[in-house]
Amino acid sequence: MRAFWGFVRKEFYHIFRDKRTLMILFGMPVVQLLLFGYAIRNELTSADLAVWDQSNDVVTRELTGKLFASGTFKLAAVIHSEDEIEDLFRKGIARQVVVFGPDFANRRARGTAEILMITDASDPNMAQVLQGATQSILSDARPTMNVSVRMLYNPQLKSANLFVPGLIALILMLVSALMTSISITREKELGTMETLLASPLSPVDIILGKVIPYLILSLVNVCSVLFIARFVFDVPFIGSITLFFVEAFLFTLTALALGIVISTKAKTQQVAMMVALAGLLLPTILLSGLIYPVDNMPAPLYALSHMVPARWFLDIVRGIMLKGNGIAELWPQTLILVGMTVALITVSLKNLNIRLD
Amino acid sequence: MNVIEVNGLSKHFGSFKAVDDITFDVKKGEIFGFLGANGAGKTTAMRMLTGLLVATSGNATVAGYDVNREPERVKARIGYMSQKFSLYEDLTVAENVTLFGGIYGLSDEQIREKLLEMEPASLKSLVGSLPLGWKQKVSFATAMLHDPAIVFLDEPTGGVDPITRRQFWNRLYEEADRGVTLFVTTHYMDEAEYCDRIAMMVDGRIAAIGTPAELKSNLNAASMDEVFVKLARGGVRS
Repeated sequence: MRAFWGFVRKEFYHIFRDKRTLMILFGMPVVQLLLFGYAIRNELTSADLAVWDQSNDVVTRELTGKLFASGTFKLAAVIHSEDEIEDLFRKGIARQVVVFGPDFANRRARGTAEILMITDASDPNMAQVLQGATQSILSDARPTMNVSVRMLYNPQLKSANLFVPGLIALILMLVSALMTSISITREKELGTMETLLASPLSPVDIILGKVIPYLILSLVNVCSVLFIARFVFDVPFIGSITLFFVEAFLFTLTALALGIVISTKAKTQQVAMMVALAGLLLPTILLSGLIYPVDNMPAPLYALSHMVPARWFLDIVRGIMLKGNGIAELWPQTLILVGMTVALITVSLKNLNIRLD
Repeated sequence: MNVIEVNGLSKHFGSFKAVDDITFDVKKGEIFGFLGANGAGKTTAMRMLTGLLVATSGNATVAGYDVNREPERVKARIGYMSQKFSLYEDLTVAENVTLFGGIYGLSDEQIREKLLEMEPASLKSLVGSLPLGWKQKVSFATAMLHDPAIVFLDEPTGGVDPITRRQFWNRLYEEADRGVTLFVTTHYMDEAEYCDRIAMMVDGRIAAIGTPAELKSNLNAASMDEVFVKLARGGVRS
């Protein structure tokens, strides 16, 4: 046991003496969180909107006032002819133009008032969001219907609420799988693995000793990400924190097992890094639902996404943080992760060459 | 008394016979040299004896234990110094010694004693900053920490200048005088002269075995270099 903990301590020396490792371990999560949190935003704030009011009566003026009162839109231009519209879009002055038809107030009473929304759809997602926002504000213009809208679990539709859980998955994958596979293959490359294997340490001791420091550091990282999310981005945390850490621990084990599987196959650090980046990080970003909703994927990718551990973990984290779900709702995802972890650990133990080849 | 007994040991990788049916003994306190060109099978043979590789066929006992059936017992009783002086370069000398002392089951007290025996100036330096000759000395001291009866050294003097090499061999003689058995692979023919007995490997087989004097007189050669050239002429690998 003493030999084992000495070995774990040695792994911490490696980590804390290598600036690059430290950067990846502690710098990257914070940078990523800030990037995702500030740069990637789907929510609207002061989008440029132009108005062409052909009636200019009491009702249209009131509606225009409403459009800009929310802070969602900012008045980019007031125009008076159709010719000006294209110019606005080309020069990037406005992203959307709202046109009120002639004789608006009178026609409204008869139910034939017309509003035209023209939107710059060169960014299709943004165009949808813009139209949706405009429509909901203008829905007052149709007195025949009274539609009320309620957004649950993320009422302000904040992007950070969506990204932070995904980011936790990404960081755990990065630290656990990438870093362990690199650190194990490094010992192979430097020849120290040979010395270790020739010693009385068993291969399982060696692997555990290499993995435990990263397990601890992963959980430290989760704490710091949660802290930033809570106090910088105001992301809510409704569910049980204990359940959250149990699930995070489970997902870390999955990622570590993946890292071990990679390092039993890869002979050099470069190979390990390429495999981890292409084989783990990309699917975690693209196929887990972190950025693109899983349900919108074409059938083959949708099928593939079931094999990405982060997809299930993301369901769990969003469930706990935003909806306050407990194990009663989350047991299927948890069970899938447990199954994946057991399978991966079995594979890695089988591949773990007790002797060199 | 024999501390290493090897009988018909072979290692095949697919159809390639890296080590092909070798048989020999090593006595206690002997410096036994394993010579041959690169690719002759020296390292593979040593890895089987240290429990790092499983033999395809044949058997061997080291320190009284069968290497195929009880590799863990063998590992606890031998010292091993691999080709690359495999210490951790980002750890200090003292940290390396403490790590390997712990792995080989030394108590804190024993580790402290070992550290006192070493050059005090070097203890706090990172191994990576030491000159090659020093690394090699520290590496050997680390392999000797648990007082093993047998030490395996895989090309221990690679890349080191002749004077440092000579000093290193003096260290090996001291250990041999204390009764430690040393099993050394090398491809420096001058080092072969320093060994008590040598086995010359060609294409995975032992082409000749004996004291340096015996080999020279049997093959009618003036130096070990000549012995090697005469024996290796039949080889196809390398």
